[in-house]
This record gives sequence, C-alpha cells and structure tokens, in this order.
Amino acid sequence: MKQYVIKRILTAIPLIIVISFVCFVFINLIPSNPAEVALRVRQVPIITEEAIAEVEAELGLDKPYFIRYITWLFDCLHGDFGISYVNPSRTVAGELARCLPATLQLAGASLVMVILLSIPIGFLCAVYKDGIFDKVMRGLVFITTAMPPYWVGLLLMWLVAIKLDLLPTSGNGSWQHLILPAFTVSLSYISTYIRLIRNNMLENMKQDYVLYANVRGLPQKQILIKHILKNSMHTCIVAIGMSIPQLISGTIVVENVFAWPGLGTLCISSIFNRDYPVIQTYVLLIGVLFVVFNLLFDILQTISDPRMRKEGM
Amino acid sequence: MKPVLKVEDLSVILNSKKSGKVLVENSDFEVYPGECLGILGESGSGKSMTVKSFLGLLDKQFTAKGSAWFEGKNLMQEGKESLRSIRGKEISMVLQNPMTCFDPLYRIGNQMSETFATHTKWSSKEIRENSMDILKRMHIRNPEEVLEKYPHQLSGGMLQRIMIGLAVSLKPKLLIADEPTTAIDSITQHEILNAFLEIKEQHNTAMIFISHDLGAISKVADKIIVMNKGQIVDRGDFHHILHHAKDSYTRLLIEKRNAVLNRYQKVLGGAV
Ligand SMILES: Nc1ncnc2c1ncn2[C@@H]1O[C@H](COP(=O)(O)OP(=O)(O)O)[C@@H](O)[C@H]1O
Ligand SMILES: [Mg+2]
Repeated sequence: MKQYVIKRILTAIPLIIVISFVCFVFINLIPSNPAEVALRVRQVPIITEEAIAEVEAELGLDKPYFIRYITWLFDCLHGDFGISYVNPSRTVAGELARCLPATLQLAGASLVMVILLSIPIGFLCAVYKDGIFDKVMRGLVFITTAMPPYWVGLLLMWLVAIKLDLLPTSGNGSWQHLILPAFTVSLSYISTYIRLIRNNMLENMKQDYVLYANVRGLPQKQILIKHILKNSMHTCIVAIGMSIPQLISGTIVVENVFAWPGLGTLCISSIFNRDYPVIQTYVLLIGVLFVVFNLLFDILQTISDPRMRKEGM
Repeated sequence: MKPVLKVEDLSVILNSKKSGKVLVENSDFEVYPGECLGILGESGSGKSMTVKSFLGLLDKQFTAKGSAWFEGKNLMQEGKESLRSIRGKEISMVLQNPMTCFDPLYRIGNQMSETFATHTKWSSKEIRENSMDILKRMHIRNPEEVLEKYPHQLSGGMLQRIMIGLAVSLKPKLLIADEPTTAIDSITQHEILNAFLEIKEQHNTAMIFISHDLGAISKVADKIIVMNKGQIVDRGDFHHILHHAKDSYTRLLIEKRNAVLNRYQKVLGGAV
C-alpha cells in the first residue's frame, strides 16, 4: 500500500512538469506583445521601440524561449511566481493569495450544495424510480444540464435578486451574497451527480448481494442505506473528488457575472491586460490542483475498497 | 401429516405493455416435514421465479397469482413486512453465486451478525458465539479469522458453506436451495451436497432443492418435479422419473445425463 502511494506520487511529478510546460507555451503563443500592453496599462503616453525594448529587458522577455521556461519553473519551485507585468509593485503570489480565499469560499459553498442536494435527491429518485418525484427530477436534470452557467446566473439574478428582491445581486461579504453564485456554480454538478447516484443505485439494486440481503430478511432501510447507498457512493467518490478542482476553476464565469472578487475575476482581468505571469500561474495552479485531487481521491478509493486494499497494510 | 408448504395454482406473469408473458403456469406442489423436494429444469424454465414469488422477492414488473400455504398463512396474501420477517428465519434460502452474494464492502462477520440482529434479540456476545458455531459446524478452519475476512478473500466453496450455515442457523421450517452447486467446482459440489444431506438427517428440515442437474438432485431429493417453460411436466421419485418419465423433455434430460455417465464410464474403463 505504501509502495502504491509512493508510486502514484512519483508518477504525478512528470505530469505536473508537462502541464507547466504546456501552459507556458500556450500562454506565450498569445499574439500580442506583453511589453507593449504593459506600457499601455502603465499609461505611458508615447510608446516607442526603445521603451518596448526596455520593458522587454525588464520583464526578461528578451531571453530565449526555453531559458525563460526553465527560469520560470525554477522560480516557481522556490515559491517565486514573478511580478505582475501590469503593476510591478505586486507579486503574482500576493495577487493570487488575495483572491484565493473568495474563490475557495465560493467553491466550498458549491461543494456543500452539491453534496447536500445531489445525494438525497439521487437516492430518492432511485428508491421511487418512475414515481412523480423521479420524473420531475429527471426533467429538471435534463433542462439544467443544457443551460450554460452564466445564463443560469443571470436568470437567477433577475428572478431572485431583482424581481423577488430576496438576495443581493452581486458582491461578497455575507452568506446571502454567497447563495446565488454558489448555486449557479453547483447547478450542473448537482444534475450530474443526481443522475450518477441514481443510476449507480439502480445498477446496485440488481446485484446478487441485494437479493441475498432480501433473502436474509434485512429491513429495507438497512439494505438501501448500509448496502446499496454505500456501494454506490463508493464509485462516486473519485468523480466528486475530481470535481473539486473543476469547481474551483469553474467559478471563472460565475465570478464575473456576480462580481465576486476571486481568482476568476483576477484571471479575466489579467487576460485583458496580457498579464502573463498571473495567467500562467493561475493555469498552473489549476493544473496542479487537478493532479493533486485526482491522486488524493484515487488513493482514498483504494484505501476504502477492501478488494483493492492489499493484505497486511 | 400436514405439509410445511402447500403451493396451489401458482402463476407468475411478466407485465409488459403489449401482453403478459406467463413465466410460471399453474404450479402445484407440497413439501412435508423432513422431506426434500427437487425442482429439476433447464435454465430459464421458471424454477427461481416459482420460489421467489411466494417469498415476496419478485420485482414490481412481475405479478404472481395463486396461493402458498405456510404455517396457516397464505404467503401470497401477506404484507411486505410480514414476509420480510419470515424470510431468513422461518424460510431461509441459499443462492447460486456465493462469490457475488455478499456485500463486498463488509466483513463476513458483519454480514452474519446483521442477519442475527434482524431476527433475534441476541447480545453481541451471543451473536459472535453463534457465528463461530456456524463456521465450526460447516467445517471451516480458523473461524475467528474468517469472520474478519472480506468476501473476496474467501473461496466460492467456503462462502457457499457460510451461506448454508447461516440459512440453517435460525432453525427454519423450510430451506430453499436455488442451484447451490452450479457455480462451484465438482469437488466442492460433493462437499456441499453432503452438507445438505447432513442437514436433512440432523434437523429434519423440509427442503426445496432446485437444480438443472439430475445427478445432484438425485442425491438429495425424495421426490422430484420437472419444469419446462414454466410448467410442471413430470413428478415422482427419482426412479419414477428415470424409468417412467412421460414427458419428452424429461427424457431428454435423462438421456443427456446417461450420455455423460456412459462417456465417464468409458473413460474410466479405458484407464483401467
Ligand atoms: N427481469 C426479467 N425480465 C424478463 N424476463 C425475465 C426476467 N427474469 C427472468 N425472466 C424470464 O423468466 C423465466 C424464468 O426465469 P427463472 O425462474 O430465473 O429460470 P430458472 O431459475 O429456471 O433458470 C426465464 O425464461 C427468463 O427469461
Ligand atoms: Mg434460477
């Protein structure tokens, strides 16, 4: 078991290096000169060739491609993610740290909503398969998976915040501010997991172990919760774990709709300002999160499944 | 003597949109105390459906009609909760695929004790003692360790014996075995059949033994009914079935068996 964990962690390292390289290359393929944009953002009145060259030297853009990548990678390993092109008085790490809590708050609230809503609803849909509740929920699931989040966000804002005046439209600060954006982020995940849990449970209900539990006369509640739900959840663990980084990265659009001051808002403004170090680090961060959560939940699933657990660990 | 179970006019119908497909048609049979009834028939002939129907184990898509008298109650009219409390205690059952019948996520000891906790008021100490006792009686070595094992860590034969031990542990009036020897190798099959013979001798339990294998049935059953396409086509003891079977389908089963036997004897004869 220990060996397995170490092996998994070791295989994750080259993956992270590849991710970092790909994200560096792609960001640098963006067809505009960041030095020029930096000058414009710094409101330099006349942009000359010399000024551009000067800024390029200042930002290290005059060095060869690969050297820049290696330098960047080593700096990252030392926790130095560079300085914002747009505002040289700010470090990238500082910018991300400033915006991260708001995003984590939003993603965390979304995750809680996903778990609290999809598990009971999926469970009830499976238990009362083809009943009214199941049919209504299947309809809703079908509709919501087809709706893009920004549109749902605007719709909710219009209905709940403007028409009904129940919750604030934008900004952050209190839990009321959190509800609409969190619900918007989580909606498609809720639909996905309702369907996943429902189908998983129905699949499990056909298994021999359920028939045998019935043969032994176990109470229905016990069969449903102790056996069927646990087995179904088991297969959902990895999916839910993998959706944590998705939730964090998925807040980009919704944060902008609700003016939520998190990483998404930072990322979009950095894209407009060609602030490469910030975008690069953001993309790297998300990539690393995907790898780490994948690893974590893969190991968790292995540990929690007696069939995969090796003897004597 | 009164039968333990008396089934009359039992039919199982698959509800479909177009028309109901009859899976079991007007079955009649009875089982007396200490007697073993064999149900013989090819796979898909409706053997499992027959017993599932009066135990309340059929899915909603099936409808069952007729009556099944057990202890003065018509099981076909009993409510879900009443049937549940009968299952596992008064009527217990052994299934075909021991490897898949236990929940993979729980230890054997846990799954045995949940069964006892459902049907008895035993303390956890009594539950443990009884679980150990079952394993010992089923000739399972290191019972203490086995209780701590997960299903995938045990062999099919061992799980099958645990299932049988659990089925007889609460002293049922009727024990149903649905193809208990089909999914295991022939050496273990022999052990399993012996286990059933032991139960018959020691407990005088009424039994229904379902199989598609005439050889296995002939060892344990006192009387046999033969099913084909949902209908009972022949009934009687083993000799009657072997020599006087009227139904062409039954004779086909017998010929198949004889062919296997002959080949077996030739191989043996050749070797000597
Ligand atoms: N879920 C189902 N849906 C439709 N038909 C079924 C289903 N389960 C079983 N059957 C049909 O019922 C018949 C009897 O099945 P079963 O009692 O399991 O046979 P046996 O136990 O004798 O092998 C079979 O012909 C099978 O095709
Ligand atoms: Mg069967």
